[in-house]
Amino acid sequence: MIEARHLKRSFGGVAAVKDVSFHAADGRITGLLGPNGAGKTTSLRMLYALLKPDAGTVAIDDIDTQTDPLAARRRLGVLPDSRGLYKRLTARENIEYFGRLQGLDEATLKRQVDELIGALDLRDIEHRQADGFSQGQRVKTAIARALVHAPQNIVLDEPTNGLDVMATRALRQFLRDLRAQGRCIVFSSHVMQEVAALCDHIVVVSAGRVVASGTADELRSLTGESNLEDAFVKVIGSGEGLMS
Amino acid sequence: MSTLLRGGWWTVFIKEVRENLRDRRALGMALLYGPLFGPVLFAVMIGFIVDKRAGDAEKPLAIAVIGAERAPNLVDFLRQQGVAIKAAPADPEIAIREQREAVIIRIGDDYAADWLAGEPARIELLLDESRQETRAVLARVRGLLDGYGGQIASLRLRLRGLDPQIGAPLSIAHRDLSTAQSRGATLLAMLPYFLLLCAFLGGMYLAIDSTAGERERQSLEALMTTAVAPGQIMAGKLAATTLFAIASVITCIVAFQLGIGLVPTEDLGFALSLSPSAAAQVLLLVMPVAFFASAVQTVIASFARSFREAQTYLQFLMVIPSIPSVMLAIAPFKPTAWMLATPLLSQSLLINQIARGETIGSGDLLLCIGGTVLAALATAAFAVRLYRDERLALAV
Repeated sequence: MIEARHLKRSFGGVAAVKDVSFHAADGRITGLLGPNGAGKTTSLRMLYALLKPDAGTVAIDDIDTQTDPLAARRRLGVLPDSRGLYKRLTARENIEYFGRLQGLDEATLKRQVDELIGALDLRDIEHRQADGFSQGQRVKTAIARALVHAPQNIVLDEPTNGLDVMATRALRQFLRDLRAQGRCIVFSSHVMQEVAALCDHIVVVSAGRVVASGTADELRSLTGESNLEDAFVKVIGSGEGLMS
Repeated sequence: MSTLLRGGWWTVFIKEVRENLRDRRALGMALLYGPLFGPVLFAVMIGFIVDKRAGDAEKPLAIAVIGAERAPNLVDFLRQQGVAIKAAPADPEIAIREQREAVIIRIGDDYAADWLAGEPARIELLLDESRQETRAVLARVRGLLDGYGGQIASLRLRLRGLDPQIGAPLSIAHRDLSTAQSRGATLLAMLPYFLLLCAFLGGMYLAIDSTAGERERQSLEALMTTAVAPGQIMAGKLAATTLFAIASVITCIVAFQLGIGLVPTEDLGFALSLSPSAAAQVLLLVMPVAFFASAVQTVIASFARSFREAQTYLQFLMVIPSIPSVMLAIAPFKPTAWMLATPLLSQSLLINQIARGETIGSGDLLLCIGGTVLAALATAAFAVRLYRDERLALAV
């Protein structure tokens, strides 16, 4: 469970996030939807305590990220905006490294890595060095390393960026499986279809503020639009940056 | 130990070492080209010196004499001493300037007349003192001329019934107290420079790769989202960098030791040796520098936005290990306490002492190691603080 309350953050006088609050429950996929530059990445970075909010708080399973960032991160798996791998390590070694950093013992580590390699279909690149991986292979490896410690809460920043249709479909199914296990999943996207296809709860962010939230149906009825895309344009007040 | 290893830094350390071991270029720099550059250069230079000395000593002196006919006895004396007398060149001053001749003896025009009158007879030596190789020839010519002068002086005194010793109120004996080892040490004066350079070069690549490189490859943000404290991450990276720096220093010391064993020093009149215990002492002195250099390089590379930028900064840093050696070469001084506590300078002083075969006081040793370790810890603490800063991960 992730609870963000009135997050605010600016960089050198430019307000990137003005007021973002949302509640992401367990067993649900929460989508942060907004055009490019709306403040999604900055909001997520405050969730995983990489950035300190100027105001507001974040609680991961009721642990405040500012008072105990390490305990909060232990319950959190993150696919950040930048998803570079160690190119002289194999896919498996990349994942194992993060497992050890998260404090897994060797037996658990092996079980977890095997499971993720199977679930994300990484078998054929398992023992290949990451140098020369395709974008899709990189993203899948980065997701595996983010989830290696089986975190209850999962934060993914634009996870489908750069993935082809098949990989995107596979990832969606993977996220649904995680939801079925009762995990709390938050992901950001600027692609409407992405969010509509997957999310139980949509939080629309525009110019650093949450402008609407609810299920897809709720958003449609809120705006009186039958089409989600039209509803979206209506709440953010412009069509800019909508299409990928 | 097990709790210490569970802190996360150990995992980071192992991973950085493993990854760097797979990088041939970095490995070559740390363990091959870097540490072997010094000993190879050293061997080449020693070989050159040995060749030159052997050649100089064997070569009979051939000197051009102007006006040889005015001083036949002197010329005979020189011939008896094995000097080949050459005809004077037409343009003696140009011959010197063009380095065709090292030293030319010019017998004064009034030499014969002055000689007969018992006045000091004039001899001029033409030479260019700014040239290295002139000095050895000059010393030999002076020695011969002084010998001839002394012989004639004592003959003249005897002729007048005087004890020749009257003309020699001083009896100067030249006793060189340098040991064979300390004479060799002048050659080993470069040793500290090469070792300090290794301490910097050995970890340079990893210092960049694990900071600016990791940020450029965009893996730093993910690393910072794990449940490992930034200080632990930093400590692991620093430990790996230091390990490679130390490995580089050890390779350099071993190469020097092996190389020195191959030099035919008996021909040179000095001993070159680095006993295993001296080598161990040198290693003990340089290890803290490896730590210090790694910390400094990590801090600097952390400020750089890209690998290339970091490389540019650190290349400037490579000048630093040469500063103490240059200082000592230009103005040799007796070490004082603050010098012994100054990183790099202190090592240069003490390693030179070890190379001269002197024993080092434990107080000096402690001052040197303590000073450098303190400087390294302070720099490392600063590096850890950098990693606590959110700006580091995001490069904002």
